[in-house]
Amino acid sequence: MQIQGVEMNSNRIVGKSVPRKEGRHKVTGRSKYVDDMVLPDMLFGATVRSQIPRGRIRKITFNPGIAWDEFVIVSAKDIPGKNCIALIGDDQPCLANEFVNHPEEPILLLAHPDCHVLPKAVEAVSIEYEPLPAIFTIEQSERRSEVVWGEDNIFKTYLIEKGDLDGVWEKADHIVEGEYTTGAQEQLYIENNGMIAAFDAAEGITVWGSLQCPYYVHKALMTLCDLSAEKVRVVQMETGGAFGGKEEYPSMIAAHAALLAIKSGKPVKIIYDRMEDMAATTKRHPSRARHRTAVSKDGKILGGEIDFTIDGGAYLTLSPVVLSRGAIHAGGPYYWPSVRIHAKAVATNAPPHGAFRGFGAPQSLFAMERHMDRIARAVGLSPVEIRRRNFLQPGQTTTTEQVVREPIDLGKLLDRALEVSDYHAKKQRFANESRLGATKKGMGIAAFLHGAGFTGSGERNLGSVVGVEGCADGSVRVLVSSTEFGQGTKTVLSQIAAEALALPYENVSMAQPDTSEVPNSGPTVASRTVMVVGKLVQSAALGIRQTLISSKLLGEIYSADEFRAACQDYVAGRGEFQCWSRYETPSDIFWDDQKYRGEAYAAFAWAVYIAEVTVDLTTYSVSVDDFVALQEVGKVLHPLLARGQIIGGIAQAIGFSLYEKVVWQNGRMQNSQMTNYIMPTSSDLPPIRVLFEELGNVYGAYGAKGIGELPMDGPAPAIVNAVEDALNVPFDSIPLLPEDIMDGLDKDGLAATGQDRGVCSRGVVR
Amino acid sequence: MTDSREGRARAEISFSVNGEPKTVHVYPMERLLDVLRQQLQLSGTKEGCGEGECGSCAVLMDGILVNSCLVPVLQAAGSSVITIEGLSAGETLHVLQEAFLECGGAQCGICTPGMILAAVHLLNGTPEPTTQEIREGLSGNLCRCTGYSQIIDAVAEAARRGTTA
Repeated sequence: MQIQGVEMNSNRIVGKSVPRKEGRHKVTGRSKYVDDMVLPDMLFGATVRSQIPRGRIRKITFNPGIAWDEFVIVSAKDIPGKNCIALIGDDQPCLANEFVNHPEEPILLLAHPDCHVLPKAVEAVSIEYEPLPAIFTIEQSERRSEVVWGEDNIFKTYLIEKGDLDGVWEKADHIVEGEYTTGAQEQLYIENNGMIAAFDAAEGITVWGSLQCPYYVHKALMTLCDLSAEKVRVVQMETGGAFGGKEEYPSMIAAHAALLAIKSGKPVKIIYDRMEDMAATTKRHPSRARHRTAVSKDGKILGGEIDFTIDGGAYLTLSPVVLSRGAIHAGGPYYWPSVRIHAKAVATNAPPHGAFRGFGAPQSLFAMERHMDRIARAVGLSPVEIRRRNFLQPGQTTTTEQVVREPIDLGKLLDRALEVSDYHAKKQRFANESRLGATKKGMGIAAFLHGAGFTGSGERNLGSVVGVEGCADGSVRVLVSSTEFGQGTKTVLSQIAAEALALPYENVSMAQPDTSEVPNSGPTVASRTVMVVGKLVQSAALGIRQTLISSKLLGEIYSADEFRAACQDYVAGRGEFQCWSRYETPSDIFWDDQKYRGEAYAAFAWAVYIAEVTVDLTTYSVSVDDFVALQEVGKVLHPLLARGQIIGGIAQAIGFSLYEKVVWQNGRMQNSQMTNYIMPTSSDLPPIRVLFEELGNVYGAYGAKGIGELPMDGPAPAIVNAVEDALNVPFDSIPLLPEDIMDGLDKDGLAATGQDRGVCSRGVVR
Repeated sequence: MTDSREGRARAEISFSVNGEPKTVHVYPMERLLDVLRQQLQLSGTKEGCGEGECGSCAVLMDGILVNSCLVPVLQAAGSSVITIEGLSAGETLHVLQEAFLECGGAQCGICTPGMILAAVHLLNGTPEPTTQEIREGLSGNLCRCTGYSQIIDAVAEAARRGTTA
């Protein structure tokens, strides 16, 4: 239903920090997560996984000492439909049949009524392999000495081209080169993955689980079980953190639970323990970015070449989309008269890397923002000035030639962040203080942007649908498959519906995401929920209002009681009362999927972050002492939740920068425990000062843009730039651990001249 | 997970949970966490790591904050255990629960029960903590959502209002 927007004369709900919808349940321990759910006669499932990175399965032996007849055992042969986890491609098997392509690849499934006997049974399955050579790095994959995927190990490439790059090198006063790498990062939601499946020949399969995207799981189960859409039901339970880590992998666990449920005829619960969750499920893609930039003597970027490569692991999964976002963000918030961005996702024999907050952008923006500091040094300008001279201005175009239409003033954002952080005074003071002593301090800046919603034609292809229901009791219910996993989806979408209907927030409830009850409002990813889904909620809610008004049950101006009575009358008289709203691409959005050119995102959020660090020259540890995060995210619909999103993202990004190192050996994570994979505790984090600018955005619900991923992008380069400021030694890889700093200082010596490796300056052309 | 029950007989163990006497028939080395969640249906106590790192399973045992995933239930015999379910009285929330709600201290909610119990423990010993004392007092409880700031705000706010745990 298409309804003209109604101008509301008050903002009494949107913009207010109303209580979190499910908050009382969360603080009292009453919320039901999947592991809190028990079904009668339920079995417990476990997964037998590959112990080697690549090879052919020769023989499977069930060793004696286990009462195997008590177990339900599922192999690839038991799959009723297609043996794949349907997503973008169908290359990832649900259970390995003949070949394994990464450590921890699922091969067999076991179920038993007693969960305690499962670990021993898993150990008692011996698998004999014929090992095949495996590859573990981007460089090994590029060399193609072993082709482990497709014909060339390449999942996807993109080329973004703008302007005449070939002509700029001659004109350049400086050509600045750099290479930057980022490591894998574990999402480390505190609730491990889990699923329960139940099967009934008449009803089909039902799964309940910890997940972000009910309809991804729905699609995967239809393909795997060869069932029609109405025979598959996916229900999201309260989800204890996700961060992208529960975007695609839950389809795998749901598939496993479903197969065991079909074979046993009983409900089956699979809950991963921490080690299995960390070792077997997805992580952030490791990346390598190479920049070669032509710069004029006054510090203007003339053009550049950016090579951005990510390690996708053994199967395609979401790598093409992660690569796309990484490539589009690779040029940062700067104006490039000409640019050529080569982006490539390659295969290795690690478990597939996947979605994680920021989705490729934290990787490519780390490179861009480190490179800006390198350019500043080469040209002889300050980190502040080099950015100021190159910021995108309204009317200019991005690397994909999207015209910046928002009245964004990045220079002003920068000024405010500098002022709040007391940047100049501190930088001066640290430079004077730090010459001697056991600690050195530094300041670092990152400026960046993050596109909200799916890229390019993505939202059009999704065609999300949202419903709002007027209930028999006169209350209102929002029907979306968008999920809550800490961000506040239920709260903010309720606010939007309440605002549109001019009703109290308490009168709006959210349906549990259940594919038998809610339409496909798209996945809960890509900072799209408030901006894209929220706009649809607003529109569907206005449909409810308009229907009641045009059916003469309600006047144009009404009280909450009058609305309730009108809604009750409508349902009593005419039955079910639901209004739907489907995403329609704004007519002025143009995107060319072939040339990768056009309006990449309906809106960008913009930000300047400033980090203050201390480096201890005895322990080589870095502490972040102060952090200023200034962003423009459109209208802030819920200040408390928005601030929570920003601080939480920064904390996770501080981990990405300084603590969280995945140690690999032959494609297997060696430190898959919270004792040896270190995330920040409350003692490790600085006070984080969050500031919002509100330009307003005509596109999203009540002017909101995306916010969830943005804070993941900036902290790493800001912190590493601050470390360089403190030590006068460049570091271009994260995580940056004390041993890396020790090595870097050994190499460069403390009295480094500041001459960067990898910089070749041509001097001034006269 | 190791099989904590192999070759052992069940024992009768009595202890108090949230002020109520409980007697359970359990394998002595079963984790207190599992006994609370499975036998006593107190699913508010969560498992995050199973090795005492994350604090999601934290409960109070005789007033001491323990990770219930590391406590064999045998050790709890005769003790008084408080879980998240024991903090609120009906619909009346504990001051820390109120403060967590108001200050945005709970996001996904999975660390929240353990975090609130850690905060109860902190405020019992240090009723007026400094920010640094709060940071240190909660550093055994991991939260991946909040970056801790709003949790620290909540604990400071609860301390300001005064607690009765």
